[in-house]
Amino acid sequence: MDITRFHAAFFEESRENLDAMEAGLLALESGSADAETINVVFRAAHSIKGGAATFGFAAISELTHQLETLLDEARSGRRQLDPDAIGALLVAGDSLRGLLGAAEHGDAIDEAGLKRAHDGLARMMGRESKAASSAAAASKAEIAEWRIGFKPAPSMFLSGNDPLRILRELAGHGELGVTCLDNNLPKFSDLDPFEAYLAWDLMLPGSVPRSAIDDAFAWVEDQCELAIEGIPAKSMVAPPPPAEHLDNVVALGARTETTAARSGGNDADSSIRVAVNKVDALINLVGELVITQAMLRQRSTQLDPVANELLLSGLEQLDRNTRDLQEAVMGVRMLPVEFAFSRFPRMVRDLATRLDKKVRLRTSGEATELDKGVIEKIVDPLVHLVRNAIDHGLELPAERRAAGKDDTGTISLNAQHQGGHIVIEISDDGRGLDRERILRKAAERGLPIGDNPTDAQVWDLVFHPGFSTAEQLTDLSGRGVGMDVVKKNIAALGGQVEIRSKKGAGTTVSIRLPLTLAILDGMTVAVGGEVFILPLNAVIESLQPGAGDVRTIANEARVLRVREDYLPLLDLAAQYGLVGSHGNAHGNGAPIAVVVEADGRRLALEVDELLGQQQVVVKNIEANYRRVQGISGATILGDGRVALIVDVGGLTQAQQMANAA
Amino acid sequence: MSHDSTTATESADEYLTFALGEEEYGVEILKVQEIRGYDTVTRLPDAPDYIKGVINLRGTIVPVIDMRLKFRLAKAEYNALTVMIVLNVADRVVGMVVDSVSDVIRLGAEQIRPVPEIGATIDRQFITGIGTAAERMLILLEIERLMTSAEMGLVAHANAA
Repeated sequence: MDITRFHAAFFEESRENLDAMEAGLLALESGSADAETINVVFRAAHSIKGGAATFGFAAISELTHQLETLLDEARSGRRQLDPDAIGALLVAGDSLRGLLGAAEHGDAIDEAGLKRAHDGLARMMGRESKAASSAAAASKAEIAEWRIGFKPAPSMFLSGNDPLRILRELAGHGELGVTCLDNNLPKFSDLDPFEAYLAWDLMLPGSVPRSAIDDAFAWVEDQCELAIEGIPAKSMVAPPPPAEHLDNVVALGARTETTAARSGGNDADSSIRVAVNKVDALINLVGELVITQAMLRQRSTQLDPVANELLLSGLEQLDRNTRDLQEAVMGVRMLPVEFAFSRFPRMVRDLATRLDKKVRLRTSGEATELDKGVIEKIVDPLVHLVRNAIDHGLELPAERRAAGKDDTGTISLNAQHQGGHIVIEISDDGRGLDRERILRKAAERGLPIGDNPTDAQVWDLVFHPGFSTAEQLTDLSGRGVGMDVVKKNIAALGGQVEIRSKKGAGTTVSIRLPLTLAILDGMTVAVGGEVFILPLNAVIESLQPGAGDVRTIANEARVLRVREDYLPLLDLAAQYGLVGSHGNAHGNGAPIAVVVEADGRRLALEVDELLGQQQVVVKNIEANYRRVQGISGATILGDGRVALIVDVGGLTQAQQMANAA
Repeated sequence: MSHDSTTATESADEYLTFALGEEEYGVEILKVQEIRGYDTVTRLPDAPDYIKGVINLRGTIVPVIDMRLKFRLAKAEYNALTVMIVLNVADRVVGMVVDSVSDVIRLGAEQIRPVPEIGATIDRQFITGIGTAAERMLILLEIERLMTSAEMGLVAHANAA
């Protein structure tokens, strides 16, 4: 059998295990861990080791073995995991990630990093053994005998495990005292040869390392009642009272239960892995169905409602079913925003250490669901914003004390639904943005800003390309490339970003995103004989301007008066180079203007006719064609024709640049 | 795969032939996805005249190119006979409008001649060679290179962005 075909699954699982390990270690460090956490971490390391050994990835299994040994000491209470030890474990985890990548893609192994990981772990182990006075070492030295209560679950044989093999393995470590407990053995006539009835009390010399014992039971841990206790030399004469022994068994039994409960509640057991392209294919098909259904509905309006009553009610039913189906299928792609948030505990920890700052990370709303595509694209901007918040936002502990604040700064990540959008906020309680300094910088760079700008306008300057207020450049942020890229990425997702800040009290960056990229509420308009879609969230109002409302400036640029404001007026037909413009539909009279807003700027678009509103499935035109200026995508209308979607953000930007030039 | 079929594909390839004005062209049949009638297209802004627009091909947005305009033929009429060859090149789907489609012919390597030095609107790098079959002369297009080239404007190129 070719086992390489299982490699992909191994790599994927190992990465998940590494993630679980990292999350657990960070929880241990921050003190938010419960009793189960260390076991989760240990199991993760253990299963990576097992897999790596099976597939013959020696470097991975060696490193995990070391990692596991250290974790095991912590698990059995013989070691406290201090920040140093956790640091070493995290470094080893990173190195493992590298090794996995190397094994998967055949890249070169980062030998230096690997050595650092090994050294770090070895140092941790060594520190313990050298420190003879440490309590753990002392207790280790005093253990004269291991007493092991081992009671297999009746179903153990069914999983292919054999207690006899375990006993043999234990016997290989030293002289094994065995007492067989057969009180559960039924009458011969009732005996089921596939069930395990026997239990054992085992004794091993204290010289056998605990890890060797754990290893022997590693595969059956959750299929037996297991009590391992080290009996100190002096109490040898008087073995612990049986009651205590029993307690221990019960406690471990309870642990087994929690494990079972955990795995029962775990998604992995109740979900299947499906390739993303299969899901996308499904979404595409449903998209097709929606289009076909819309076409049928459109055609059916011409039918005689009396003669075709049954057909029409059938179509109505189809309408509902299609919408439900579409919603359900879109839901498949939705992931909790936790997928984006989960990387931050580690990042915040590393950054805080590097910058000598104390940072507490609070996250909320991790369960909020968002399209997978959006999540993937929002990660980079979020990373940038969190970095900024720690690097520029939060002060050093001394400064914070001087300002009468808590030493430890807080970074909050919060996600929540608001209407058809999701809002993600990144807040810090740091020094806040400095209005004066931003204005000074803006003046230096010659950025356009009016007199007496509002705070919002000032904060908006931060998004200008090439703007950075950092006094000193660090390798983390402040190179002036950043906020503009953040804004561009978010705008590309159809989202908006805004900053709120108060000097001395902190800064909040708020990102507003559509739930999904695949469906859009659109306003259909006719322009120059073609149909265009305006994203409804960008549309403010539509109006039919009177003759005097449209004025020209310098006989060239046209503006539209909307109540008190003058807005630039853009003829969409001219913009898109379409001939056969209005006139036909409206005589020489006024066309219809749709006021749209993007990036806080308003623009009036001149169209021929408003056709209606509908949900459209967004299709990519770049799959088979290049990017088109002013167009963000395309969709297929009910009659099967293609309609282009107007890129409102792109138009306002182009308009602004034309004005600046 | 048997040895025979390998030699067969080496020595002879199949070409779909089509007419553009007075000239006859050929494209590798393996690049052709399907042949359709000409549909009304949705015009694209900011596109050269030979890019007619986009159509909906069973849910995919496909750009349509009129090769007659691209090769500056005298007239490009749309009538009931006008057809579109849907090509699958470089993981993209592109529609190509031509006057008419003729047939599929098999050309051996010995039937393909190199392209002579000519000053023409169509660059020599986009022509594989000249195929001869009986009395016919076929201009064999290097269709993938042509469709993905910068001058076609179908694909975003670094300098065009």
